[in-house]
Amino acid sequence: MKPAPRADTPSALRAQALGVGALSAIDFTIPPGHILALSGPSGSGKSRLLRALADLDPHDGSVALGELTQTGVTGHRWRQAVMMVPADSQWWADTVGEHFPDGAAIDPTALGFGPEVMGWQVSRLSSGEKQRLALLRAVAHQPRALLLDEPTANLDPDTTTRVEAWLTELTRRHGWPVLWVAHDPAQIQRVADAHLRIAGTQLEAVACS
Amino acid sequence: MQLIDLAWWQLALAAGLVLALAACTQLARLDIGKTMLIAAVRTVVQLSLIGLVLEALFSVAALPWIALMALVMLLMAGREVTARQKRRLTGGWAFGIGTLSMFISAFSVTVLTLVAIIGPEPWYAPQYAIPLLGMMLGNTMTGIAVGLDRLTDAVWRQRALIENRLMLGHRWQEAIGEARRDAMRSGMIPIINGMAAAGIVSLPGMMTGQILAGAAPTLAVKYQILIMFTITVGTGFGTLVAVLAASRRLFDERERLRLDRLSTPLK
Repeated sequence: MKPAPRADTPSALRAQALGVGALSAIDFTIPPGHILALSGPSGSGKSRLLRALADLDPHDGSVALGELTQTGVTGHRWRQAVMMVPADSQWWADTVGEHFPDGAAIDPTALGFGPEVMGWQVSRLSSGEKQRLALLRAVAHQPRALLLDEPTANLDPDTTTRVEAWLTELTRRHGWPVLWVAHDPAQIQRVADAHLRIAGTQLEAVACS
Repeated sequence: MQLIDLAWWQLALAAGLVLALAACTQLARLDIGKTMLIAAVRTVVQLSLIGLVLEALFSVAALPWIALMALVMLLMAGREVTARQKRRLTGGWAFGIGTLSMFISAFSVTVLTLVAIIGPEPWYAPQYAIPLLGMMLGNTMTGIAVGLDRLTDAVWRQRALIENRLMLGHRWQEAIGEARRDAMRSGMIPIINGMAAAGIVSLPGMMTGQILAGAAPTLAVKYQILIMFTITVGTGFGTLVAVLAASRRLFDERERLRLDRLSTPLK
């Protein structure tokens, strides 16, 4: 009998015969520590694919993270491991800090915030600040895989570069499989190890230099 | 003291006043004259019919007939709860949850009050059972309808927020927690306010009726306190059960938020 994998062992994210919305019979594997870029025209189902991987919408096919299968655990445990960060993040409490798990090791300076950011009022955050803090918040929940829906859409070029460097470094260090929805070909060149594009009901591979 | 008899022509006098009001609203172009008159006619017809039914029921006083009457009242209340929700659970769940939670709360509290507190002989004596159940259902119905309406409306508007919490790995109970607490609170606030204002702002209807019928005010007050408490208990538990059940139904076995289980509002 092989020993059960430790909870933080890097594992590949594997989708088999996945079908949701217009997409059908989608297969792909993201190895640990790799970033897979996903592109496609708006309305082609990128967000729905991410939602299916996070098990937020009913879908066909199976998804697994290493030994962990989507149907093998409760919904919240799966989403805790395979964490989706939406393009438009939501905040329910008054201050930023209340949205972070207790005792989480967070380093806001990596994304250009001072430590006082945890006391900030959510209502006064700009959309760019919200986007960066949403990434920070997701990472603080200690996921094992990330699904990022246009994580730099509201950011200026400098901050974009900074967030890209931070995310790629974390991905390599923790061995997360990452699915990254992006539009900008230059960004895909910078961050992705592989690139899939939505074409009709299928995904087609795009060469990455 | 005997209750003074009311003749039909005396009621006609009051009806004349309603007509006068309808005429005035028509002159002021409020456009509610017709609705008001229809409602007035409905009052006369419905109350007269229920008067006949109650007279028959009181003279028979048999448990099966009283149970049938109670069942009809429950189903009508369930229908009313469903009608008062803007976005309701589809597939009969809105009616089912509303009716079941009223059955659990209003029925059991009424039976408990009859058997353990008032103790008429027999315990189902219709003079006590039917008015008591009517008051319970009427208030419980309002609490449950408000609670469910608030819940489904909040979930509809906060969809993105609830789903973002799910994405962070929160359990469905945490993700919907705020909306659920809010819905439960709004279902119970009217009856709490009612208790707080009783006797100062309003003289409750049942107490007024008993005093008119010749009961001693101190006894009428005792009955009113009992009714206030039982209504609060019935409304409170009914709202808790209904909101809990409905919020569970809004998520599936994978803890996904399933807004496709809500109907779109008519019109």
